Amino acid sequence: MEGRAWAATRKGLFELRRHGGAWAIERISFLGEPVSMMLAPTDSGRMYAALNLGHFGVKLHGSDDAGVTWTELTTPAYPPQPEGEPVAGVAWKLLQIWSMEAAHGMLWAGTLPGGLFRSADAGQSWQLVDALWNHPARAEWSGGGYDVPGIHSICPHPTRAGEMLVGLSVGGVMASTDHGASWVTRAGGMRATYMPPERQFDPNVQDPHAIVRCAVRPDVFWCQHHGGIWRSTDNAASWQEITDVPVSNFGFAVAAHPSNADTAWFVPAVADQQRVPVDGALVVNRTRDGGRSFETLRSGLPQQGCYDLVYRHGLAVDTSGTQLLMGSTTGNLWGSGDAGEGWSAVDLHLPPIYAVRMG
Amino acid sequence: MARIVFTQQLRRFTETPEVDAPAQTLRAGLEAAFAVNPRLRGYVLDDQGHLRANVVVFIDGVRGRERVLLNDALRVDSEVHVMQALSGG
Repeated sequence: MEGRAWAATRKGLFELRRHGGAWAIERISFLGEPVSMMLAPTDSGRMYAALNLGHFGVKLHGSDDAGVTWTELTTPAYPPQPEGEPVAGVAWKLLQIWSMEAAHGMLWAGTLPGGLFRSADAGQSWQLVDALWNHPARAEWSGGGYDVPGIHSICPHPTRAGEMLVGLSVGGVMASTDHGASWVTRAGGMRATYMPPERQFDPNVQDPHAIVRCAVRPDVFWCQHHGGIWRSTDNAASWQEITDVPVSNFGFAVAAHPSNADTAWFVPAVADQQRVPVDGALVVNRTRDGGRSFETLRSGLPQQGCYDLVYRHGLAVDTSGTQLLMGSTTGNLWGSGDAGEGWSAVDLHLPPIYAVRMG
Repeated sequence: MARIVFTQQLRRFTETPEVDAPAQTLRAGLEAAFAVNPRLRGYVLDDQGHLRANVVVFIDGVRGRERVLLNDALRVDSEVHVMQALSGG
């Protein structure tokens, strides 16, 4: 829905509405509980929120009235761990729902420690995607940001049902064209400078912090990687590094313009031990020519003494490509109504923001 | 009959019945409670049926140490308290 957005935070789910050009908090759900990811309502009002209760584990809730009332749903669960497991020390236990998408009647949940789950009945039951979980490449996956691997990006093809791509930290890019029955690596061209020289182009050790797809040109992907920015224009068959990125090519968040395949936004930060804005100034890098050049947008954003980090799901753009929201792990939220040219604070006292989504 | 009691913190999320069960092990006692409210299982146990890392069980005032098999013995008059562990969460 136009004019509506959501912030999933360490202390609840915040619904935002835009009135007269300004965003304001409309409703808070799950106050006090960590909401790790959410899915915005469908036209009928069906939506989802994934909780990560500190003591009592991951829980999934659904709403049929756009977040007014909620019902607990079945939580995805890993099957019994066989003898001989775990691979690389990973227990078959759900630690977090890190990503969620819905497409072609299917609901998808990407998790820590690396399993992808699907539900064909709106979250009443879940199945682990065995072909990905049992893929030989999983032996090479590792933690990135967390102690175990995780799926943070799920990119279903908007028109071809059964075709999708997922991004893993750390495990590169995996893609399926047969509803998840088989998977291939799709990280060709990415480079991991944190690895020994002979392993730097190994697709299974890549750390894409976030991957987004252009809705209208679905063969175009943007990736904010641990080691820089990459773009693909051939449905992830190959990736090209974007060089000469101003300020910093390190960061977590990326947003793709829904219809202009040459436009994307990034939030640079100091690489990679500090993870704060460069020189204490929060900026957004925007390219409008496919990554050949960038504009560094600062208007309305704090330009001194700012230590906010915008995490991988903390930047969102609406279907028009003009409204943007950006939330930080410090709990600050900014909005732009002109594609990032100018920003204004929405709320500077939120809990740490895990994810921002429009709709 | 052993009595199984759950922390009030859990009542924010789901029903927590106090159960009297003829259970001889901790797991049997927990299963009796899960039979009353199946949703409770996922709050106390993880995917593999182990006690969640930040949940702790006291049996007659003694902290349970066995978190995988949950085979600590219960007496006929045991009182089991399922609590949140202050060590994490």
